[in-house]
Amino acid sequence: MKHHLILRVATKLLVPPILLFALYVQFHGDFGPGGGFQAGVIFAAAIVLYALVFGLETARQAISPNVVRFLVPIGFLLYASVGIASLFLGANFLDYNVLRHDPIHGQHLGILLVELGVGITVAATMVTLFYHFAGRDKNAPDMTGDSDHIDQGEGS
Amino acid sequence: MTESATLFGINMEIAVNLLLFSFLAITAFGIMRLRNLFAVVMLSGAYSLLSAGMFVVLDAVDVAFTEAAVGAGISTVLMLGTIALTSGQEKRPTHTALLPLVVVLITGSVLVYGTMDMPRFGDPDAPASTYLAPDFIEGSETQIDVPNIVTSVLASYRGFDTLGETGVIFTAGIAVMLLLGGKGAMRRRRPLKPVPPEEAENKYDPNNGGNA
Repeated sequence: MKHHLILRVATKLLVPPILLFALYVQFHGDFGPGGGFQAGVIFAAAIVLYALVFGLETARQAISPNVVRFLVPIGFLLYASVGIASLFLGANFLDYNVLRHDPIHGQHLGILLVELGVGITVAATMVTLFYHFAGRDKNAPDMTGDSDHIDQGEGS
Repeated sequence: MTESATLFGINMEIAVNLLLFSFLAITAFGIMRLRNLFAVVMLSGAYSLLSAGMFVVLDAVDVAFTEAAVGAGISTVLMLGTIALTSGQEKRPTHTALLPLVVVLITGSVLVYGTMDMPRFGDPDAPASTYLAPDFIEGSETQIDVPNIVTSVLASYRGFDTLGETGVIFTAGIAVMLLLGGKGAMRRRRPLKPVPPEEAENKYDPNNGGNA
C-alpha cells in the first residue's frame, strides 16, 4: 500500500487514539462501559489496522510476534495467580476481599488485576491470530516445494 | 428504557428498532443470495455493526462494544485473510436446500414455542430479576463499590466464569497456532521429507523451479 496516501495519514492519526481508548476502556471499566475483553479487542484492532495499511512486516517490527505469543499465557496466568494469591491469604479461590486490609480496596485491586489479565490475553490472542492468518502466505514457498516434490516423484 | 423520545408522534425506540431489524433482515438475505465471498464477508461485518446498534438500544453497551470490535472489526479481517488463502467464490451446492429448510423451520418453531413460557421482556417479577440480581445490584455498591455492575458481576461475583472464558480464548489461540503453525513449525517439519540429493539441487534452482 505504497500509494494510499490518505489511508496512511488517516491511519497514523487514528492508531494512537485507538490505543489510548483501549487503555481507557481497560482501566475505566469499573466506572463506564467496557472491561478487559473489550479493551483487548480494541487494542488488537488498532494493531490490525496498522498492519493492514503499513504491511505485515512493519507491524511485526513494531509489535514482535514472539513477545505477543509470550503474552498469550501471561494474561491467563495473571488471572489465575490472583485466585491462587487469595487462596494463600486464607480465603476462597478468587475472593478478592483478602487482597488488601480493606475488603473494598481488595475488590478494587482484584478486579483491576483480573481485568488486566483478560485484556492481555485477549489482545495477544487476537494479534497472534491475525499474524498467523495474514502471515500464512509466507509459507507458500514451502507448499509449492511440497507439490514440486510430489510432481517429481510422479515423473520418476 | 422506560421513557422513549417521540418525534412527530412516532416512538423513536420502536422506529430505530424497526429500521435496524429491517436492515438486519436485508443483510441476512444478501448474505444468503450472494456467491461472492468477499461481499459476504463485508455484509457479515455490516450485520455485526447493526447488531451492535441493537445492543445499544437494549442498553447493553458493553456487549455492543464487543460486537463492534470483534464482529465488525477483527473477525472480518480474519475472514478476509481466509479468503486470500482459499477461494473468493462459494461453490454451488450439489443438493437442494429442502431438507435444511425443513430442519430450520422445525427447530425455529420449537424455539419460538419455548419462548412462550418465558416471562415478558423486562418483567420485574421474572425469576432472573427477583433471585440473585437484586443482591448483585446492591452488593455492587456496598461490597465492591464499583459503579459499573457489569464489571463487578463479571470480574468478582462471576470470577470463575470469566477465568473460564479467558481460558477458552487462550485455548483457541493455542489451537490456531498449532493448526496454522508458525515459521518455526514449518522449518522444523522440513527435514522430515527425504529429498534425494540430485533432485534437491534441481528443486532449489530458481530457474528450473519456475519453469516446472
